[in-house]
Parts: sequence; structure tokens; C-alpha cells
Amino acid sequence: MDPRDAILAAVRRNRPVGEHPLPPVPHFAVSEAGERAACFARSLELMGGKVLEPDPAADLLTAYLRGSGLAPPEIVCSAVPEIAGNRDLATVAHPRDLADVDVAVVRAACGVAETGSVLLTEAQLQVNAVAYLAQHLLVLLDPADIVASIHDAYDRPEFHQARYAVFHTGPSATADIEGVLVHGAQGVRSLTVVLLPRQPSSVPA
Amino acid sequence: MTDEPGGLIHPELRSERNESPVGPAGQRLQHAEGTSQPLRSKIRERQPRGAEVNGRRPIDHEAAAARFIAAPEHEKMHDERLWDLRSKRDAQMHAIPEWEELRELASQIKQHTLAHLDEYLEQFEAAAKANGVHVHWATDGAAHNRIVHGILRDHGAKRLIKSKSMLTEECGLRDYMAATGIEVVETDLGERIQQLDDEPPSHVVVPAVHKLRRDVAEVFSRTLGSDPDTDEVPYLAERQREATRPLILSADAGMTGGNFAVAETGSFVVCTNEGNADLSANVPALHIASIGIEKLIPRVEHLGVFIRLLSRSALGSPITQYTSHFRRPREGGEMHVVLVDNGRSARLGMAEFWTSLKCIRCGACMNTCPVFRRSGGLSYGATYAGPIGLILDPTFDKRKYSTLPFASTLNGSCSNVCPVKINIHEQIFAWRRVLAEEHEIPLVKRQMMQAAGAVLSRPALYRAAISTADSALRFLPRFAVYNRWNAWGAGREMPPAPKETFHTWYARTHPAADKGSGDGSA
Amino acid sequence: MRVALFVPCYVDAFEPQVGIATLELLRRFDLDVTYPFDQTCCGQPMTNTGCHKEAAATEALFVRNFSGFDHIVVPSGSCAHQVREHMTAIPQTPAVKAVRERTLELVEFLHDVLKVDAFPWAEFPYKVSYHNNCNALRGIGHAAPSELHGPFFSKPLDLLKKVKGLELVQLARPDECCGFGGTYCVAEPAVSVKMGYDKVADHARAGAEYVVSADSSCMMHQQGCARRLGVDLRFIHIAQVLNGATA
Repeated sequence: MDPRDAILAAVRRNRPVGEHPLPPVPHFAVSEAGERAACFARSLELMGGKVLEPDPAADLLTAYLRGSGLAPPEIVCSAVPEIAGNRDLATVAHPRDLADVDVAVVRAACGVAETGSVLLTEAQLQVNAVAYLAQHLLVLLDPADIVASIHDAYDRPEFHQARYAVFHTGPSATADIEGVLVHGAQGVRSLTVVLLPRQPSSVPA
Repeated sequence: MTDEPGGLIHPELRSERNESPVGPAGQRLQHAEGTSQPLRSKIRERQPRGAEVNGRRPIDHEAAAARFIAAPEHEKMHDERLWDLRSKRDAQMHAIPEWEELRELASQIKQHTLAHLDEYLEQFEAAAKANGVHVHWATDGAAHNRIVHGILRDHGAKRLIKSKSMLTEECGLRDYMAATGIEVVETDLGERIQQLDDEPPSHVVVPAVHKLRRDVAEVFSRTLGSDPDTDEVPYLAERQREATRPLILSADAGMTGGNFAVAETGSFVVCTNEGNADLSANVPALHIASIGIEKLIPRVEHLGVFIRLLSRSALGSPITQYTSHFRRPREGGEMHVVLVDNGRSARLGMAEFWTSLKCIRCGACMNTCPVFRRSGGLSYGATYAGPIGLILDPTFDKRKYSTLPFASTLNGSCSNVCPVKINIHEQIFAWRRVLAEEHEIPLVKRQMMQAAGAVLSRPALYRAAISTADSALRFLPRFAVYNRWNAWGAGREMPPAPKETFHTWYARTHPAADKGSGDGSA
Repeated sequence: MRVALFVPCYVDAFEPQVGIATLELLRRFDLDVTYPFDQTCCGQPMTNTGCHKEAAATEALFVRNFSGFDHIVVPSGSCAHQVREHMTAIPQTPAVKAVRERTLELVEFLHDVLKVDAFPWAEFPYKVSYHNNCNALRGIGHAAPSELHGPFFSKPLDLLKKVKGLELVQLARPDECCGFGGTYCVAEPAVSVKMGYDKVADHARAGAEYVVSADSSCMMHQQGCARRLGVDLRFIHIAQVLNGATA
């Protein structure tokens, strides 16, 4: 028998007795204790991420480098109009060509206050791998795009429309050896979020 | 002197120096698998190895556990690290008022899906195909491996990078691929350590938790050429990152598992802390995902319930660093999903055990299990260790894993931490009955229980058997455990023998009391 | 109120003073307490090993011994749990169901049925660490287990707080299993003993002078471990403390 039909037939034959109705998922109001943006920042910092307030007096990249203590990067790959990088994502032939990127800059589709997560899809990333191959990731997030909870985040259209949608909550991390936490296990060594409203031109229609 | 709750049973493991990163407010970070306080192994000690596996011979868990305990630095660190995860989990639970409601929802959603699994599998398949994803069906592990090999062969792939997947462990994918000439590279740090040491993972979410830093330094110096005398954790992690990165960049295909598969969208979700699943899926053009058929859930909205529970239960971290949703292949890419049965549909038909299919592989039952923490995951000699393993493994082989349901005190903590409310300890208890009925327990044990049952149902016989403290000491433990009375005295003093039993005292002090019939006919 | 006293086999043979304290304590409340003379065991050794058929005759004997009482009281959470939850090897007749439903652990009986508000005769001027037996805790609901989200309660601690002079100390792992586990204690002795040693270490570090529990079997195991380790800890059943034992 075709394996598909064999598996489905076995599943039907062995169906557990009983009704087992699907329960409705109620709306859980997650406690935010204050401003949503502040709640987001607290959550993200516990997950190893950093949050920067934009400094109107300084250039964004300069402020980021100063705030995160990074050496001036050689290769910056930007997917946002606010920062001009020196590696054009549109010209990347293969994701491995991004292996030398120091800093990648993207804008999040939304943020989640409960966990400090940012949501990214191929629309924001252009090349998905950039968010993992770069050494450091800078994410712009409009405070108006922060939702309260993971439940609320799953109401977003991206999960029905995007090819790839990912919550980043802090940097790549591991504590597989003796429980000692290390940032930059395989992916980015740091993740920094700047709470910066979208430029009028970049608001999706 | 009173230690605070949350203190260590083995305070000698507390480290004076914090090695973990700190947050902006100077607070020590403890997300992902990080411990909530600095711990460090201090004594050099050879790593104990796990259970011997010989065909279908029953696994001797006790012998392997005894070896683990005989390596005290390993056992203590293992116990404290996993207890720490349990403590972090409790803290997360207390921060969520609706915790028990979430567990109940998760349980009901899973039970509903399993009871309608044929419909949801068909819905998932149709949606995934409409998204341009290739869907394959594998009845067992061997079929899974052949399918994966076939896809790789068709693409001329020479190197496969993969993220951690208990399903591919279950199918024996790495062993199978070794014979095909296609290189498989694990990209999760813990799993990579285990691959390089030619050992299976000992825990579903922290695969190398049974190893100490010295063990990892030894493995890396042998396999990656790192400095054998340096066992600083950031150094070891960095050597692995540097060694693995070129393999990732030059891989021809990437493989992931799937934590959840959503029927309505045909998408699947992978949760990692390292971002290694995203590298595996997004760097090579070919992405293969192996997913057990029990991973289905109906809709996207249900993900909220499970994602909120998964990492909190597993690690006491609010969410994994990366929660990745794959729906369609990227431009120019190709995506394959292999739906694997391998005994799951048969388990669905086991009235007492089908709810074990609700498991989301968080490992919370392992972290809380006092036996697991003292014996190490490799002592179970099976893909799935700890409490969930005790009830899953016998469904794969009743003889080989016949001893495992007895590797439990039936304390019940596992059922209470389970985010999908599997009655784990009750299923362990039920497996013991099934194994006894099907003659998969040693004959001498069964005979001893028959003898015990015969004596305990005849009051006069029973009274004679325990009439003196001496004879009681011989009979009571023997009925409890057939022929292993020495097992008590090896690590414990005998209870002092009282001068008379309660029964004798009562008879002496209540001369007028009804003394029964002696044959229980009363 | 007709109450039957069930004295578990381990208590009968090794800790008779626990049975005596239970009997004396119950009589302090003017209860008509009977000790059915033909009692043996609840069948737990057999069912915990999977051998349910082999437990059937013992279960039937238990029901014959304990039928016709308002309550069956046993100073052991483990045995109460066995009778209430696992006595299923025999047909579930109304008589069997009645005996199972009416079987209570001593703490439950004092807390829930008698609703005792004072033990004026009891004084225990020591630092005490309370050991929750797992079946008492998670099986029959003696207290709120640490794994669940819910309001804290503890029936045994409620009772112990009424004992003059008694000071409770806090364990690092308040409801971790001690490793006794019935037949487990000799089936996997290395793990069982290590769990017992860790438990004893936790009691000692908390500064306990006495360990109090509603289960003699766990304490027999822990006491054996403490003596082997040379740790100065004393063990006493909650029945003895509530009955006014002085040490």
C-alpha cells in the first residue's frame, strides 16, 4: 500500500474513543505593568537583547556603535532606508556571500511586549540568512508596532502570508556547556533594538 | 543555619566567578539554558558512559545509573543544573496567572487533534502542497532515511547541515547516512558535542548536559584541535562556532525537525536558541524537515498556547531565542516535509497510552525527575530517556525496554510539570501491569509476588512469617523485592528491631478484643 | 462514629510505636476505634510491581476486614493512596467501593473530618523539617505540590503549627522524592540511596533536629541513609508528635 494511505488508514483504525472537542482559546490579557514599549524593553533585556532610545542629535549607526561598544564595522548590510550600508542585499547571489557581514540592519514587522520578541519575515530581511550570518543585528522597531502578547502576535497576517516568519528574542545563545550562557552560539553575537517610528514613506499601504 | 529555598544540595559547585553575560542593569543573565546562579565543576573525573545496548536484551538501567553516581562530580553537576532548570520553570509559571488554564488548553487541543489526526494530516498536506512544499510520508524510520537520502541524492548533495531533531535520532538517520558518503553536520552545540564524541544525546533539549567542561575540552581537542588545557566555556563555544561556520556555508542541504505543524497553513515551527535551524534552512537552497505525525495542531492561533508553554517548561526561559515559521520555500529554494509515523499510529490505538502522543518534547519531566537527575539520560539506553521515555520506549520494543517503567519511584512530579498534562506517572504504573501480564518481567520477580500475595491474604500465615523481628526482616523486604535483600544494606543502615510488633502489643494490651479467625473469613 | 485502624505492615513490624500513637491519638477524640485483627497489607508491593492478579486475594481480605466502618484511618499516605486509587484487582462491588472511599490517611482524617483545632497535650520544642511523602502530596492531596500554580496549602503543616514549641525549617527542595519508592528502594539501590543522601543533606543544611512525616516507609529509608552517613538527625512520625511525644 502507498505509505500515505497506510498511515492514514492506521490513524483512522486507531482513532481514540471520545469526543475531544476543540476548545476556544480565550483572549488572555497579559499584564504589561506600565508602558508597552518599556515592558518590551524589560523583556528583551532579560533575553540578552539591548534596547536603544534613538538620539535625534546623532546619526543612527554612530549612536548604535557607541551604545553597543562595537568597533567600527567594515561591512554593513542594511535593509532599511534609515541607514545606508555598504553591501547591497539585492545583489547577493548566494546567502553564503553574507558570511563577512559585520552588522545587519532590518526593521521588524512587529514587537511583542510579553517576551521582547521582534517579528521578521522575508519582506524585512530580503535575504533571510543575513539575520544569522551577520556578527551583529540591529533591528528598528516602531513602538506603535508592539503588541502585548504572543497570542496577539499570532493574529498578525504574516503567519498566513509570509514564506518565512521568525521571532527573534535576543541574540543567538547557548548554555549547553555547564549552563554557562554564551551569546553568539552560531548566529548573531548581539541583537539591539532601536525604538524608532517608521518613516512615513516606509509605512506599508 | 538555614539556607534559602532554591539553595544548592551541593554548595561546593557554586562558582565564585560569574562566567555568564550581564544585562544593561548589571544583572546576570539566565535566559536559554543558562543557570540562575554560577556553577562550575571543579574536580577532574572520567566521564561515565551510558547503558550497554545488546540487541533486544533488557536495558540494565540500574547498572548504568550506578556508574553515573560513582562519578560524583558528574552526577552532582547534572543534578544541580537540571534542578536549576526546574526552579527557573517554577519562577516562570508563577509569573503567569493563567498557567494551569494554558496547560489544560494545550492538553485539549492536542487530544482533539490526535482524535481527528487523519483530517488534520490531509489538511496539512493539501495546504503545504499548495504552498509549493513537497510532502513525503514515511511509515517507519527506515523509510524516512531512504526518503531523505533519495532527496539528497537527486540534488547531488554531499553535505547536510542539520538542527537538533529527536525524530532523526529515533530513525537513526546519522548512522544510516554514514554508509551513503553524505556528510551530516549537527549545528546545535550540545548535539555537535555528542556527534563528535560519538554518543547519542542524553536529554531532549540539553543533549550534552551529562558532560562537564573538561569532557568537552577533551572532545574538542581531539576533534577540532582546540587547546586541551583550556576549558573556559566561551573559548570552547567559540572554537565550535569557528569550526562549524565553514561547513554551514558550504553545505548543499539543510535539515530541521518541527516542533509544531499547523494544518490550516501547511506551515511548521522550529524553536532553537542558537538560530542554527534558521542557518540550516536559510543558507543552503534545499530544506528538508522531518516531522512526526503527532506534531499537528489545527490553527495558527493555537501556537500562542504552545509557544507560551514550551520554553518556559523546558528551560524556564520565556521563549526560545528563535521561533521560526516555515510556510513556503524561499525564492529559488526547495522545501520538503517528511511526515513520519514510526509507531505513532499504533500508539494512537493504545487506550491507556495514546495521550503520550501529546508530548511536545520540552524535557520538563526529565528536569524534575529525581531518578533522571541522578542517573543521566544515557543510562536509559533509549532515544527517549526520563519519565516520557519510560512510557514511549516500550511502544518501540517491549522486551528491550521492559525494565524502564521500573526506573521510577512513581512520585508524580513529572505529570505535574508536563505542559500538555500527560499523566506520565500513571502510564508508568500502567506499563508495569502490561509488562507483568505479558511476561516481560523476570520470572523470579513474578514468583515472589505470587508468594507474597499468598501469604498476605492469609492472616495466620502472615503472622507466622513476621512473628519475630528477625523473621520480619527476612520476609518483608523479600516480598517487596524478591531476592535482593542485600540491596538495602549496601548504602543504608537497617531499621532497629522493636521488641514486639504492633499486633502483638495490641493483643497483649487488649485481652478482650476480637482476635479474628486467622484465615480472614471474619 | 465507628473508626477502623489500619496499621501498615512496615509500621506493624518496625515502627509499632507509630501504630500505638495513632490509636491513642484517635481515642483522645472519644472515637470508637477498632483494630480488625485479621488485617495484613493493602497489596501495594504487588500492584507497584505490575502484579495486579497476585494482589487480588490480599485486596479481598482488606475489604472483608474493613467493611462496615464509617472511616478507615491509616497513618500512611502511601497506603491510603493505594487503597483509594489502585485497589482495582478485584471486582468493584459496592462493598469494595465503600471501603476504598472511606479510607483516609491520619492527617486528612484529623484535618478534614475531625477538623481538630488544638492539640493541647502536644509540645515539641525542636526545629522540624517536614517530609512530604509523594503519594500523600500528589496522590491524595495533603498539600499544594510545588509544580502547580495555585494557592499554597498544607494539611500536615496546618496541624503541626498547632503544636507548642515546634519550629518549622525550610528545605531547598521541599517536595523532592526521597528515593524510597516502595520496591524501588531495592530494585535500584544506587539511585535510591543517592536520593536519600541528598534528602538527608537538605534536612541537615536546613538546620532540622527532627524530620517529621506522615509516612514511616520514607523515614525508615532516610533514617538508614542518615545513620550510614553519620548525620545527626532524628525521625518521628506526625502521629507521635500530635499525640504529645516529647522526643
